Amino acid sequence: MEFLAFGDTGWGDELFRATLMTIAVSITAMLIGFSFAAIFTPLKLSKFKSLNLIANIYTTVIRGVPELLVIYLFFFGGSGAVMFVASIFGYNEYIEINAFVTGSFAIGIISGAYSTEVFRGAIQSIDKGQFEAAKVLGFSKFKQFYKIILPQMLRLAIPNLSNVWQITLKDTSLISVTGLVEIMRQSYIAAGSTRDPLFFYSFAAVLYLLLTFLSMKLINKLEVKYSRGY
Amino acid sequence: MDFELMINSIPKLLNAAIVTLKLLSVSLIVGLFIGLLFAILRLNKNIFINKFAYGYSYVFRGTPLLVQIFIIYFGLGQIESLRSSFLWVILKEPYWCAIIAFALNTGAYTSEILRSAFQTIKPGIIEAGQSLGISNKIIFYKIQIPIAIRQSLPAYGNEIILMMKGTSLASTVTLMDLTGVAKYIISTTFKPIEVFIVAGGIYLFMTFIIHNVIKFLEKKYSFN
Repeated sequence: MEFLAFGDTGWGDELFRATLMTIAVSITAMLIGFSFAAIFTPLKLSKFKSLNLIANIYTTVIRGVPELLVIYLFFFGGSGAVMFVASIFGYNEYIEINAFVTGSFAIGIISGAYSTEVFRGAIQSIDKGQFEAAKVLGFSKFKQFYKIILPQMLRLAIPNLSNVWQITLKDTSLISVTGLVEIMRQSYIAAGSTRDPLFFYSFAAVLYLLLTFLSMKLINKLEVKYSRGY
Repeated sequence: MDFELMINSIPKLLNAAIVTLKLLSVSLIVGLFIGLLFAILRLNKNIFINKFAYGYSYVFRGTPLLVQIFIIYFGLGQIESLRSSFLWVILKEPYWCAIIAFALNTGAYTSEILRSAFQTIKPGIIEAGQSLGISNKIIFYKIQIPIAIRQSLPAYGNEIILMMKGTSLASTVTLMDLTGVAKYIISTTFKPIEVFIVAGGIYLFMTFIIHNVIKFLEKKYSFN
């Protein structure tokens, strides 16, 4: 237990901070994923074949390629891409992007591909009459979506989104390869300096289990909330 | 775009893809047996056996695959009695450590897939077997298992693709699989986009093949 002491003698506070980092990256990635889903879900449902194609390429490529490869792409290519964009605006200094941003974006793009599929499925399983009724009532396009489609979509999407959350949470462990100090990276450091990898990696596993368990509890509550009236 | 690099890296990456496929196929075969075993344990009426199987799948599905590989590769070597036993021949090799981790991981998911497949079999089918005087053992092997396998094909196809992506983690324990080689080429040439396109293309091609094989099997073994 002395390994887990807080302060200079143990790794307790470091691991605690690392856990908070994992939570922060997961939430950021999930939100980035939602914004990607907000762009690509309409494209998927669009009448235009070319827009469908763009969205399909996004979800197929991301879901068919290992997460680690995507992370390497961002890790090695991220600052290059940003510098390229900056050079267009006449800024030619070296730009370094921190690991948190790179990691959140990489995981966010992956998470977004899964979210897109979930939202597409949810919208498609809403009864057609709901869309027609919203139109007949003379709601504006925005109001149709915001007041009628969105609440129903969320109810249908939450169970599957909880899977996406689990995938995202577990994928954040891969960001450790870029050096961001989250649970996995901190355990790696602690295991190296104490020569007790078995303890620290097992403890990391316990932390992840705790995170998945607690988040499932929370999501179940949300599920109950959004299925009021059903 | 450095097309020369892309073309030059194709043979290296294709060779690495063979390592990926080897890792994938061995862990899937072992994982299928583990999955079937634990699915049967899950359906057991004994609460301890039942809970044990549930615990196994909960732990392996609730933690990242990376942690599992690291525990097996870095962690197990620390146990003195294990180091002196015959198991060390296997556990000192990163290749086998990766396969053990992958097999246990996919086994957990497979057990869930098969369990739900077993549970969706209509009781009428089993009763029909019983009324024909077929023994319970034969009902299980000849009726329940084939139906369960057919039922679980779509979900298992997804699991194969997820596992294929999972094998990329072998590169974190020094194995040179497709992702490992891709990372090596990226870090020596600093051309991430070109290498990503080639390596990602190979992965997508494998996904495409797996997807279509499963689709074909689904059609072949469909009920109507």
